[in-house]
Amino acid sequence: MSIKKITKDDFASIVDALIKTENVIGVQAKGERFDFAALESARDLRLDYDVTLQPPKKFFLPPTEVLVTFEVGGSYKSAYEDEAFVLLGVHPYDMIAINQMDELFQQDNYDAHYMKRRNNATIVACDVVTASENVFASSMRTAVVKEGFDVLLTDIGDSYVAELATAKGEKLFAGADGVVDADEAALQKREEVWARNKKSLNRHELECDPAYLPKLLEKAYDHPIWEELARTCFACGSCNQVCPTCYCFNVQDDVNWDLKTGQRSRAWDGCLLDGFTKVAPDHEFRKSRADRFRHRLYRKAKYVPAKIGGQIACVGCGRCVSACLPDIANPVKVYNRLIDDLGIG
Amino acid sequence: MCQCCAEEKDIYLPQLATVQDTAEMNDTDRYLRLSMDDGPFDYIPGQFVEVSIAGVGEAPITISSSPTQKGGFELVVRKIGNVTNAVHALKPGDKVGIRGPLGKGIYPVEEAKGRDVVFVCGGLGLVPQRSFINYVLDNRADYGQVTILQGCKCYDQRLFVSEVEAWDKRDDAVLLETLDDPDERWKGNVGVVTSLVSKVKTDWKTAVVSVCGPPVMYKFVLMALEEFDVPHENIFLNLERKMKCGVGKCGHCQINDVYVCIDGPVFRYTDLATMPEAI
Repeated sequence: MSIKKITKDDFASIVDALIKTENVIGVQAKGERFDFAALESARDLRLDYDVTLQPPKKFFLPPTEVLVTFEVGGSYKSAYEDEAFVLLGVHPYDMIAINQMDELFQQDNYDAHYMKRRNNATIVACDVVTASENVFASSMRTAVVKEGFDVLLTDIGDSYVAELATAKGEKLFAGADGVVDADEAALQKREEVWARNKKSLNRHELECDPAYLPKLLEKAYDHPIWEELARTCFACGSCNQVCPTCYCFNVQDDVNWDLKTGQRSRAWDGCLLDGFTKVAPDHEFRKSRADRFRHRLYRKAKYVPAKIGGQIACVGCGRCVSACLPDIANPVKVYNRLIDDLGIG
Repeated sequence: MCQCCAEEKDIYLPQLATVQDTAEMNDTDRYLRLSMDDGPFDYIPGQFVEVSIAGVGEAPITISSSPTQKGGFELVVRKIGNVTNAVHALKPGDKVGIRGPLGKGIYPVEEAKGRDVVFVCGGLGLVPQRSFINYVLDNRADYGQVTILQGCKCYDQRLFVSEVEAWDKRDDAVLLETLDDPDERWKGNVGVVTSLVSKVKTDWKTAVVSVCGPPVMYKFVLMALEEFDVPHENIFLNLERKMKCGVGKCGHCQINDVYVCIDGPVFRYTDLATMPEAI
């Protein structure tokens, strides 16, 4: 592990050289917004972005993914994709979400499909430069990240401080021009960026320590807010889709035209969607929209935290707040109302 | 491939099993005996398998046999959807994909040792309970008084008829049966299975009570057991939900904070107190 400093121009050279030999995915402009896409030139890389339309979860859990192939009436074979790639520009809150998903996909039963993609990735995270319209990472204590990345870039003006956290990270910078050890001044500037982000990524301010949320929800199961908000819920699943910690999936079989071979795939699903809990005799275990709406927030702030040592499974990216058409998805508004009505402690 | 992935098996990959034997039990339920192609299959009563029909999908089915029985493992499948309809078409010699055994919420075979055991089975609920019942009967000396309560809707819905009659003939187990809606062929009790609870002679304070049946039944059985002050930690319920992955990832089978496929399908009643969605 080492901490380096590099000018933005020299970093661009590293990126252009990388593009020649590796599969590089980086944050780029998409109209007035931003998203991760295959990078063709360092010129297109926008590490000053506010938030991507979609979180980077799709590189580890694609929207659709073949799990096994089969012969009808015969044997099955695992289908893996085994391609290394570099992911440039992951914000701290998204990195924390990836770290959480890493834990969840390994525990209980090891998901080799997810982990193979994960282990094939070299992740270059970057501290936030521009706060997005709905970010509340400061409230969720996810404005800065300490681990999980291979490289962490912090923008300190005309240079980056580059923390090379792993062997993969060191390899990216090995032999490149202009890589020097970060001096005291650079490290100080980095601390200032962190201090600023810890306060300012807070368009919506949570009125309690996020660690308290599981206890808050223990009291809130029958609160009227669930029915109130879900009255205008479209059950469209937009919140599920854009959320960095949502990963529920459906599994389905498809047979090829030859009627002899086929594949079993998984595809993104959402607990808000109709039919998520429907079984064959047409019975639904979580039928009302209010129940489904409540379930999602309980998963984020109570159920999943119990599986990952208390970490809250909402990273304050604000994407659901932006995506929700009837504007009911803002978790901070929900939790603050519960705190007002039920108190803390 | 990285080292860790090379060593880890694919949790979504079915293994092949061969259908050894099938039998039609009534016009909706089919019995199958399967054996794994690649070796023995060890499981604990209460566990289930994902039965995989390539091109159609998978269905979670609880294992009906006890691991003390040899010659493969047994399933009973009700014809109700795409996968189960395809399972009904299987013949001896056919291959089917199996993932499992799955589920850490097993029947309390160890915990019940030295104690009375009461089984309350509603209709198709006999099928999973049969694994636990036969395990107890095959290890008879390890358990106290054994009482089996079986309730069905009607005469034709009775399952494993000759096996149930054999249990009835044993002098080391008590079988009480009832039908909701009998015809002239039935000479026994009439009524729902809860009506049998008061006829049970057992040490209610320490007995392990295992309940399985349609969702609507649970509430009423629990109310009947309340009359006898059965401690809630001694009651075990077998729950089901929609399943897809069966291995605790896809989220479909979640009941509040637990996954039925990992933490169940058998749950202790006291654990359900924190799960308002459960019953």
